[in-house]
Amino acid sequence: MGGYAFFVWWSYGITFGVLLWLTWSSLSSKKKVVNRVKRAMKREAMQQSNQVQ
Amino acid sequence: MFSKIWKWIQTFSSPKYFYGTAGKLIPWFAAGALALTVWGLYLGLFVAPPDYQQGESYRIIYVHVPAAWMSLFIYVAMAVSASVGLIWQIRLADVIASASAPIGAAFAFIALVTGSLWGKPMWGAYWVWDARLTSELILLFLYFGYMALQSAIEDQRTADKASGLLAIVGVVNVPIIHYSVEWWNTLHQGATVTKFDKPSIDTSMLIPLLLMALAFKLFYAALVLVRARNEVLYRDRNRRWVRELIQKL
Repeated sequence: MGGYAFFVWWSYGITFGVLLWLTWSSLSSKKKVVNRVKRAMKREAMQQSNQVQ
Repeated sequence: MFSKIWKWIQTFSSPKYFYGTAGKLIPWFAAGALALTVWGLYLGLFVAPPDYQQGESYRIIYVHVPAAWMSLFIYVAMAVSASVGLIWQIRLADVIASASAPIGAAFAFIALVTGSLWGKPMWGAYWVWDARLTSELILLFLYFGYMALQSAIEDQRTADKASGLLAIVGVVNVPIIHYSVEWWNTLHQGATVTKFDKPSIDTSMLIPLLLMALAFKLFYAALVLVRARNEVLYRDRNRRWVRELIQKL
């Protein structure tokens, strides 16, 4: 890289590192949302069964 | 004609319809982004010749410039979505604006960091308080401001309104960033690709740049749909269609 390898490769590393992190965090947030809604549904079902008893 | 477009907008903006359609589009956008990135990087890093003045250091252009373009493009997309949400009360538009903000902030951050890494060997400094750099930094802060408002306000409607207004007001910064190199004396170089008469960059260097720009656009399209789908699930968590869908997962 003609003496500029440090600057060039760091630029590419940071770019793709940030984009990969963003992709990972976006994909993993679906699991969080699904688990949150599942927990809420479970809680509501338990509350309903308690009211019936 | 107008009524047909309006009907299409209303159909597509239904969260349930959007969730299904976006799910089908994401793999196509992601595959396109990946293919174009590989092609663009190959041409940019191995085929394009070194610059006659900057040598090999100019290769930072293939990530720096597309990231800077995306930071502006996404901000405008976010402001337009926020306006649609505010004017026509289309909830999906607010979702798109909210899903776009972290992606835009990431691109603004990349543009600043890679610009800084390019600036050191060319200007002798990682950072200068130059009009282009400072206005891009303000753009990053506008993204942060939008995200902070979204998470600070509990009521979603109010959060969308407040952050949407910030997005719309902040759009004034976009032409400032673009024309800063013409309006002020700056260290940053002037426009090379977007000049209307003729781009002052050789075709062998321009093609990988355009490929990378298109790859980043497709990446944004895929990711904004992923994030918007998650947001739709969360916002509609009390609706029947979401509960039925989650029970199947």
